[in-house]
Amino acid sequence: MLSSGPVLLIGYDVTELSKIRNFSIIAHIDHGKSTLADRLIQETGGLTAREMTSQVLDNMDIEKERGITIKAQTVRLDYTADDGLTYELNLMDTPGHVDFAYEVSRSLAACEGALLVVDAAQGVEAQTLANVYQSIEHDHEIVPVINKIDLPAAEPERVRKEIEDVIGLDASEAVFASAKAGIGIKEILEQIVKKIPPPKGDRDAPLKAMLVDSWYDPYLGVVILIRVIDGAIKKGQQIKFMQAGTTHLIDRVGCMRPKIEQLPELGPGEIGFITAQIKEVAQTRVGDTITDAKRPAAEPLPGFKEVQPVVFCGLFPTDANDFEKLRESISKLRLNDASFSFEMETSAALGFGFRCGFLGLLHLEIIQERLTREYDLDLITTAPSVVYQIQLAHNGGEMALHNPADMPDPSRIAMIEEPWIEAVIYCPDEYLGSILKLCQDRRGIQKGLTYVAGRAQVTYELPLNEVVFDFYDRLKSISRGYASFDYHQIGYREGDLVKMSIMVNSEAVDALSMIVHRGTAESRGRGMCERLKDLIPRHLFKIPIQAAIGGKVIARETIAAMRKDVTAKCYGGDISRKKKLLDKQKEGKKRMREYGSVSIPQEAFIAALRMGDDA
Amino acid sequence: MGTSPPPFGLSLSKPSLLPDLPKEEASTGSARAGGHIAPLALYIHWPFCVSKCPYCDFNSHVREQVDQHAWKSALLTDLAHEAALIPGRPLSSIFFGGGTPSLMPPATVAALIEAADRHWGFTPDVEITLEANPSSVEAARFADLALAGINRVSLGLQALDDEALHFLGRAHDVKEGLAALDTAQANFGRTTFDLIYARPGQSLANWEAELARALAFGTGHLSLYQLTIEPGTRFATLTAQGKLPPVDPDHGADLFEQTRAQTAAAGLPAYEISNHARPGQESRHNLTYWRYGDYAGVGPGAHGRRGGMATIRHKKPENWLNAVARNGHGNQSEGALAPAERASEALLMGLRLREGVDLARIAGVTGIAEDTLVDGTAVARLEGHGLMRRAGSALMVTDQGMPVLDRILAEIVAV
Repeated sequence: MLSSGPVLLIGYDVTELSKIRNFSIIAHIDHGKSTLADRLIQETGGLTAREMTSQVLDNMDIEKERGITIKAQTVRLDYTADDGLTYELNLMDTPGHVDFAYEVSRSLAACEGALLVVDAAQGVEAQTLANVYQSIEHDHEIVPVINKIDLPAAEPERVRKEIEDVIGLDASEAVFASAKAGIGIKEILEQIVKKIPPPKGDRDAPLKAMLVDSWYDPYLGVVILIRVIDGAIKKGQQIKFMQAGTTHLIDRVGCMRPKIEQLPELGPGEIGFITAQIKEVAQTRVGDTITDAKRPAAEPLPGFKEVQPVVFCGLFPTDANDFEKLRESISKLRLNDASFSFEMETSAALGFGFRCGFLGLLHLEIIQERLTREYDLDLITTAPSVVYQIQLAHNGGEMALHNPADMPDPSRIAMIEEPWIEAVIYCPDEYLGSILKLCQDRRGIQKGLTYVAGRAQVTYELPLNEVVFDFYDRLKSISRGYASFDYHQIGYREGDLVKMSIMVNSEAVDALSMIVHRGTAESRGRGMCERLKDLIPRHLFKIPIQAAIGGKVIARETIAAMRKDVTAKCYGGDISRKKKLLDKQKEGKKRMREYGSVSIPQEAFIAALRMGDDA
Repeated sequence: MGTSPPPFGLSLSKPSLLPDLPKEEASTGSARAGGHIAPLALYIHWPFCVSKCPYCDFNSHVREQVDQHAWKSALLTDLAHEAALIPGRPLSSIFFGGGTPSLMPPATVAALIEAADRHWGFTPDVEITLEANPSSVEAARFADLALAGINRVSLGLQALDDEALHFLGRAHDVKEGLAALDTAQANFGRTTFDLIYARPGQSLANWEAELARALAFGTGHLSLYQLTIEPGTRFATLTAQGKLPPVDPDHGADLFEQTRAQTAAAGLPAYEISNHARPGQESRHNLTYWRYGDYAGVGPGAHGRRGGMATIRHKKPENWLNAVARNGHGNQSEGALAPAERASEALLMGLRLREGVDLARIAGVTGIAEDTLVDGTAVARLEGHGLMRRAGSALMVTDQGMPVLDRILAEIVAV
C-alpha cells in the first residue's frame, strides 16, 4: 500500500459513464418507498435475505418511526440488464421535509432521474407533487411505479390516469408493482436502465465533486457522501473544499452496498463516500465543491448555500442538575449535525439552558426528540423565535435579537427588521380559498397565482415569524394534506413589532414571551391565553392569565379553582394505596414549573404556541 | 379518661362530637404509657361474594364451594397469631369486612368473637360491626348474628332506586333492601348503611330526594360515597370504552356540598369525607384508622398496623389458607414503617376527619420535628384561600377544603 500520492491500479476501471444510473425515489409516506428500496437491494444481491432488516436505509430510530429521512443515504446496486451489460445503479434516498429543502436540492442535483412511487389504492398525494416538481426542475427523467397492486383496493388503471392528468407525466409505461410481494421489481430495474439517462462528465478534467451530505461515524470519523462530476477521486489524494477553503488528505474512498465497500477510486458520474480524517461534521458543508488541491477546478459548482439556522428556541433541563448532561449531549449531537447552533442561556424561571438555532420546526422537534430519547433528558422547550435585526436609537448601533427576553426597551429601539420568505404552495383548487385566507391572516403578500389542471400554484411573501410556529400544520389541516409548501428566505424588512408578555397569576413567564406584529398582537394574545387556560390544570385557587404589551393588558382568561379531588373511600387497607397516590401527585408536581405558586406543565410551553382553528 | 388527649386527633375546645374513645396514647408508639393501655381494633376479612359488583375493587372472590370448617379454623389460627404479638390490649372494636361477611356462618362469627375476647378482652363499650348484604337470605341470619355478638351492622344498600341497583350490579331491589334494613334495625343496637351517589346521569334534585328518603329511616350513621371508577373493575373497562361517561368534577362538587348540607341539617353531620353520624354514633372502628391507631388485620388481604409495623395478609383466598396451614399465620409481608412514612400516613388519614390532626402529637410519636411535617408556606397559602385552619399545633381542613383534600395533601405533606 502506498502511503501517499495518487494510487495507480492497473486493471481497474471506473465504471463507464454509459453504465451508470443515478436516481432517487419520490413517494408519499407509506406508499412503500423503503420497502421498494429494500427489494431493489435484495434483487440485485446487495444483501442476503438474512441481512435484510426492514428498511435498511433509515438509520435513525426517529427516521424509522416518523417515516421520514433526515440524512441522505445512498446504496450502489450492480444490475445485469436484459441487454447483457452490468450497470452501476446508485439509489439516493433524500430527506423529505421543507426544513431540509436545501439538502434535498443537493441530493437531487446528484441524480439524473427518479422513480415516482404511487400507492395503487391511495393515488397521488399532495406531498408527492412538490417533490415531483423539484425533480422536474433538476431535469430528471421520471419513471412512474404504481405500487401495492396486490391490495384488494388497488386501482392501478385509475392511478395511471391520475398520474397523467394531475401531474402531466406520461404513465403509459408505468410499472405495476408490489414491492412487498416482489412483483415488477425486475421491470423497474429495466426501466431505470432504459429511461434514466447516464450522467455526463469528463474524466480528464480537474476533479470536481459535490459534497452531498456528511455524518459522523464513531469508527471512521466524518463520512462524506459525494457525487463526482469531472475527474476522479482516489485514496491518498490531497483535496480542497472550495467553499470552506480547507485541504484534506483522503484516506478512504468507497461506496455503500449498503455495507461499506472500499474502492480504489471514484470516477465521473459516480456516487460514493470518502473519509479524510475530519473530526467534525461542521467542517463539511453540504453543496461544497471538492477539487484536487494541486490541480483545482476553475469554478466551484453552482447552487452552494451557507446553511443558516432560522428558528431559535431555548432548551432547558427539567431538572436543573441535568445542565451538564445537556451540554455534553448537545455537543455530541452537534458533531453529527452542523446545521444547528447553540449558546448558553439563562432564564429567571428556567435556570441554565441553551439557546439553539434550527433549520425549521421539524428540525427543532427532531433535535429535541433525540436529546430526550438518545440522551435520556427531560427538556423544557421555549417559544420558537426567528432572528430580528434591531437598530438602536441614538446611534446605539445594531443588534441581532435571538431571544424575545433580550428585547430592549421600546424607547431604545429605532427600528426592528424581521426575516421574510417567499413561499410557494401547490394545492387542489378546492382548498385555495382557505389557504389564501391563512396567508392573508399571517400578513402574507400575494405575488402570483397560476392554475394547472385543477391545481393551483400560489406564491406569497410572508414574515418568517408568522410561519415558524404552526403554519405548516395549519396548511396541512385545512388542505387535508393536499397542499405542499416550499420556501426560501428573501431578506429582512422593517416591521411594527412588539414584545408580548404572558402573565400567569400576575407573574410574567419569561419563557412564554414572544415578539409579534402589533396588528395581530391582540388575537395572538387571546389565542395564547385561551390555550394556556386548557393547558394549565386547575389549581386550588383561580388563576388569571393575561397577555400584555408593555404595561397594557390586551387579553385575559381565568382558570377556575379546582372543586373536587378527594378519595371517597379510605380505610385501614387503603392507606398504602393512598400513599402511592400521594407520591404520584408529588412526582407529577416535580415535572411542572412554578410561577407565582402556579405549576405549569412543561409541555405547555410549546403547546401554547400552536394556533387554534381561529388563527 | 376525658382529660387525656386523643392519639392524633384534636382536643376540641368545644365539647367533642366524637365518641369518648379511650385515647390515652398514640398506639403507634409504645402501647403502655402512664399506666394506661392503648386499646386495639381488630379487622377480620371474609373474601367471598355471591357475585362481583362492577364498581368494586375490594378483595372479593366468587367460589362455588367454601370449606367452612377449614376457613373457621384458619381464621382462628391467624387471629391467635396476631393476639400473641400484641397481647394485653383490650379491643375497642371488631369489624367483619369483605367480600360479604354476612355469608359467614353465624357460628364462625361467634367463634371468632369468643376467641378475640379470650385473647384480648373487650373494652366495656366494644363495637362489633359486620358488613351485610341487604338480601332476604342474609336478613334471616341477623338474629343469629346478633346472638353471636354483633352489635352494629353496616348494610350495603347502595341505592334507593331499582334501576340504579341494577346498574350497580346488585342482586337486591329496593323493596328487599328496605325489608333487610327493617330487620337489621330490629336486631342490632346500631345500624348504618352505604349509598353510592353521583351515578351517571344523577341530577342534584334526584340525589337530594334519595338522600332525604335515606335520612328518614332514622339510622344514626350513613356512609355516602361518590361513585369512583377504580382500575381493574368492570366500570373501568366501560369507562375506557367510552360506554360510561365520567362524572363532571364540578357536578360532583355540587353533589358533595349538597350531601354535607343536607346531612348536617338532619343532625348527622360529616365527621369524615364520606361518613355522617349523629353525635356519638360515629364508627369507632374506622376512627381508629383515621386517627392512625393500632389495628390487627386477619384474613385474606387484611392490612394491619401495630407498633409501627405494617402487616399485609396474602390476598388470594387459597394462598392465604395455605400460608396459615404452613406458617400458622396468613402474613405475606410484615415490615417496619420509617418514621416519615408513619407521619405521612397519619396526616393523610387524620386530615380526612373534621377534627383534623395534632401535629405535635405526630411529631412526638414519630420523632420528626413538628415544623417539618407540613409545608408551612403552602398551609398559610391554603389558609388564605379558606381551605385549611391552623391553630397552634392543630391542623384541619375546612368544609370548603374537604372536596379537594387529595390536592391539599399533595401541596402540604412534607414528609
